[in-house]
Amino acid sequence: MTPDVIYDQLIGMGCARKLVFSWGGNPGVGSLHRFRDAVENGWPRRLEIEEHSHAAMASAYTAGAAGLPFAVYRGGLGSDLPKVNPMIRRIECPFTGEELAAVPAKRPDVTVIHAQKADRRGNVMMWGIIGVQKEAVLAATHSIVTVEEVVDELDAPPNAVILPHWVVSAVCEVPGGAHPSYAQGYSQRDNAFYRAWDSISRHREVFSDWMRRHILETDDFADYRARLRESPDA
Amino acid sequence: MPERAYTAEEMMTVAAARALSRRAVCFVGIGLPSAAANLARLTHAPDLILIYESGAIGARPDVLPLSIGDGELAETASTVVSTPEVFSYYLQAGRIDVGFLGAAQIDRFGNINTTVIGDYQNPKVRLPGAGGASEIATSAHEVFVIVRHSKKTFVEKLDFITSVGSGKQAAGGARGVTRVITDLGILERDSDGKELILTRLHPGITPEQAREATGWSLKTVGQLKETPPPAADELATLRDLHQRTRQAHGA
Repeated sequence: MTPDVIYDQLIGMGCARKLVFSWGGNPGVGSLHRFRDAVENGWPRRLEIEEHSHAAMASAYTAGAAGLPFAVYRGGLGSDLPKVNPMIRRIECPFTGEELAAVPAKRPDVTVIHAQKADRRGNVMMWGIIGVQKEAVLAATHSIVTVEEVVDELDAPPNAVILPHWVVSAVCEVPGGAHPSYAQGYSQRDNAFYRAWDSISRHREVFSDWMRRHILETDDFADYRARLRESPDA
Repeated sequence: MPERAYTAEEMMTVAAARALSRRAVCFVGIGLPSAAANLARLTHAPDLILIYESGAIGARPDVLPLSIGDGELAETASTVVSTPEVFSYYLQAGRIDVGFLGAAQIDRFGNINTTVIGDYQNPKVRLPGAGGASEIATSAHEVFVIVRHSKKTFVEKLDFITSVGSGKQAAGGARGVTRVITDLGILERDSDGKELILTRLHPGITPEQAREATGWSLKTVGQLKETPPPAADELATLRDLHQRTRQAHGA
């Protein structure tokens, strides 16, 4: 739905062939510059885009999770989006005749999400702004969940948002794994980093150098976090 | 002209805040809409319900969120629901009184572009895209737009129609964009419901200035009203809010 800094990094390193999305910016800051450079100038490679609105994407994941072939939503018709995305079609309600928009279900090969806790069997618990994480896991063939901590007991109230262990492929304990995003109750959104990303990502050379020093030349996530603490803006 | 004790942006935000009635349920975008909606909540409309598209319902943030995903929204909300739920059960179900949007381009009918400047396939500027705006524009009972007034933004023809604000595609009696609040004045939909016309000017602004900043031949009502300038408490509350926000986001 909303490609973030990680997507910008993947796009800028030429790792992405196609982006399916509904909002591609750095919220409250401005552009995702690597995304823009790929779309506007084809750097470092051309990026195919499949563009929707949020309601379409949210419904498409819900349909994917439900095993249904398509999703129905209001809005979208009359805008120019269906002209540039042939996956947005008109459909008539067979009962009322109301004209609605339809999109195919989303079924990712792999969904990767971050959550707060898992128990030792792999049951996952999350709370806060959960977005489409539950639907994206249930719609996917495989799923990887990184968590802040693995605990003996989740102590979950009956209506907690839980992904049962048997719908999750793998759980990894990665504290702070959502950075620069966050996990409610464990960390804060690193808004200063989102601001810093604007200047890191604005120019190709600065971006490539930053990626080399922070991603390519670090051993693992912990090493990356340590490098970041030393030089957040450079 | 005497020097004013407030900026054009402060006037715009205050005018937008005043446009929100005391008990509205308001679907809010980040940036200027969020600043205006929270200013309303902190001044004349303490019971205003703010809904952010991340699923925070009834959020009462102490500082303005940088992103709709900020934890501040979840911590202060009555409840946080999933994205499919906020779009299905709340927005598309018709539970929103006012959708509050920004725009990169807007036309005389209230249609909005937030997708591209230039050609879609070979854009001059690739903008973030629709987000939830296209369904907000057609599902909220009415939509307010807050945007700086310039010829670049107020255009004769949009490069891309992201959100239909004309009311044409609106569901169940929704009216589309009914009001546009700018740094120069306020545009509203005229009585035949088609075109946005200038109804108010902020203090010190002339009709010519508004016309020059508009890319179509802007109609005005016969008796243009003047927006009352920001009151002391409105200004103080807005400045405190921005000050807290700057501290919180380390800017």
